[in-house]
Amino acid sequence: MSGTFVGMPAFPAAAHGAVADRTLRANLRHATHTIRDKRARAVTELDDWAELREAGKQIKDHTLRHLDTYLVQLEEAVVRAGGTVHWAVDADEANSLVTRLVQETGEREVVKVKSMATQEIGLNEALEEAGIRAYETDLAELIVQLGKDRPSHILVPAIHRNRGEIRDIFEHEMASWGRPAPEALADSPAELAEAARLHLREKFLRAKVGISGANFMVAETGTLVILESEGNGRMCLTLPETLISVVGIEKIVPTWRDLEVFLQTLPRSSTAERMNPYTSTWTGTSDSDGPRTFHLVLLDNGRTDTLADEVGRQALRCIRCSACLNVCPVYERAGGHAYGSVYPGPIGAILSPQLRGMGSEIDRSLPYASSLCGACYEVCPVAIDIPEVLVHLRERVAEGGEVVRNGARITVRPAKGHAAERAAMRATAWAFGRPGILRTGQRLASRTRRLHPRKLPGPGKAWGASRDLPEVPQESFRDWWARTDGGKGEVK
Amino acid sequence: MRVALFLTCVNDTLYPDTGRAVLKLLNRLGVEVDFPMAQTCCGQAHYNTGYRHQAEPLARHYSDVFGEYDAIVTPSGSCAAMVRELYPRLGERAAAEGRGDELSRVLAPVIPKTYELTEFLVDVLGVVDVGAYYPHKVTYHPTCHGLRSLGLGDRPRRLLEAVKGLELVELPGAEECCGFGGTFAVKNPDVSAAMGLDKVLGAESTGAGRLCAADNSCLMHLGGTMSRLRTEIKPVHIAEILASTEDDTEGDAT
Repeated sequence: MSGTFVGMPAFPAAAHGAVADRTLRANLRHATHTIRDKRARAVTELDDWAELREAGKQIKDHTLRHLDTYLVQLEEAVVRAGGTVHWAVDADEANSLVTRLVQETGEREVVKVKSMATQEIGLNEALEEAGIRAYETDLAELIVQLGKDRPSHILVPAIHRNRGEIRDIFEHEMASWGRPAPEALADSPAELAEAARLHLREKFLRAKVGISGANFMVAETGTLVILESEGNGRMCLTLPETLISVVGIEKIVPTWRDLEVFLQTLPRSSTAERMNPYTSTWTGTSDSDGPRTFHLVLLDNGRTDTLADEVGRQALRCIRCSACLNVCPVYERAGGHAYGSVYPGPIGAILSPQLRGMGSEIDRSLPYASSLCGACYEVCPVAIDIPEVLVHLRERVAEGGEVVRNGARITVRPAKGHAAERAAMRATAWAFGRPGILRTGQRLASRTRRLHPRKLPGPGKAWGASRDLPEVPQESFRDWWARTDGGKGEVK
Repeated sequence: MRVALFLTCVNDTLYPDTGRAVLKLLNRLGVEVDFPMAQTCCGQAHYNTGYRHQAEPLARHYSDVFGEYDAIVTPSGSCAAMVRELYPRLGERAAAEGRGDELSRVLAPVIPKTYELTEFLVDVLGVVDVGAYYPHKVTYHPTCHGLRSLGLGDRPRRLLEAVKGLELVELPGAEECCGFGGTFAVKNPDVSAAMGLDKVLGAESTGAGRLCAADNSCLMHLGGTMSRLRTEIKPVHIAEILASTEDDTEGDAT
């Protein structure tokens, strides 16, 4: 994945600042609660939602189980329709491929449709190094790009910004990227959208190369599908002479019929709409319309390794709707940047450590960035049991074990820094196997109760900074039960 | 019917009043309850922190201790969810590690017999009005594992609505997690505290005198926050409300 986030501090440290940032908290709370409530209404409208969810899960599981077959079928269909297919094992390979393809056109700039895959590999930065300027054309991505910022949400990457901040970014930054913001720009949604429209229009009309991802790839016909709201995608997919699409290998569905499920569940889960305004589909090239050259770059970048994990592989069902982000109480307070990845929120907490491996501090901390409340699983339109995968990845951090990295099966050692916790877990597991030991411990705690501080020192500070400790009772229940013969000896 | 109380290690050690309340309540409803002294911990903290292999012997122990009972009642949504939702997974994972179905077979008997308290009252005993009296304004926080893993639904609410003298008021954002999350509370203390604070402020805004839940671990986190903030509102476990009668001082059973 992208080098953009390398060196991020672990999640708790990154979240510390976000929790204290009142503007950010207010922006996030307002935005997530608005989408959350709208989504709930959009989903309740369908009385077969549970069946759609199950169907989505099964289609994805079936496809993943036969991914090799469907990928080859897709490649053949794309080539038959006049496209060229490239295979990229990792981010570096994908970036060099795309850079070379753009260089071959002789162009120095490209327009981009919002794409998670290209963010994941850090394509814009790679193009920049080769002297090629990539213009983001999705409104929120434009805000992020102009603000030299990072995305903090999958669907609405500028969710951490409010209208006033966006107005300021447009006013100060648009001129250095192209058409400047109109004079005396106000912060109303209509004026901001108009400013972006004018700024982007000249890019659409000038660009000779478009770069996109895809929401789905239909294996039977080699058709790519993009769902969007603003129409910028339609522009980028139809106006340029060359179209390059970078798509994760898990985005395949076998047939057009399968789209029926996702074209219902994705818009309702992401933007809370019954149907998204624009759905574009394209199959190879056509002489009469659209790009004359089409390249499809199929991206692995850790996906095959993830597929090898029988618990963790369900993360590959993800259709990037963001419903899990919008209901997550941790995301709402920590913000997207704390996750150190283009994939924030609950899905990011299970996807990033699997795609990138657990070599970094941030990736080892992500599986713990959850209270396991289960709200994410409840709303997931492809039923990814995110808490199950989080716990599974915690086990990998705490106990180590066998994983597949770069196609090879290796054994990872337990992560450092968990020694005290591991010892405590072993000790309590030992004691809990022996009721007598538990009882002795309880008695000791009760006898010393008057000496207990209300705040703990050392690692216990983490509890005591905001919460008092409970008072230890005079007597544990089991001692009371034994003393009173199950309460019979007590007048109460 | 032989009924056992699985009090949980947290309640046994820190909240014996909740145990006495369950006992008093079930006895009043004509149910004899046993407290097997060999009981300890379900292993949830171990499992959820990534120490599945350490949770296994605790699950076996639970099965040993409670296997012969007809029903196992526990006043904790999350510990009930550990047994019902995650014990099957312990077995599946063991099988996936090439250890066959031995663990699944050992754990199978206790899984369907384990009930969270409000489930036992409503589904097994078939009572909603337990004859309680509790003259307080109460707001109810559905804890996550009870709500989403067990699907307790409106059982706690129906039980509370039937309590004489009790005024139940709606908690804003009721279904949002309180931020406890076991070791999450200390591994991510800032986010955990922010979630707890929002929950406490929401509860305070209702004007209720008591914040009720069916899980003392969540209440420990919220109660600790309340105590630090010196709020008027106090935490109370649902068992203690349901156990209260007109004979108790001010309606408090304990």
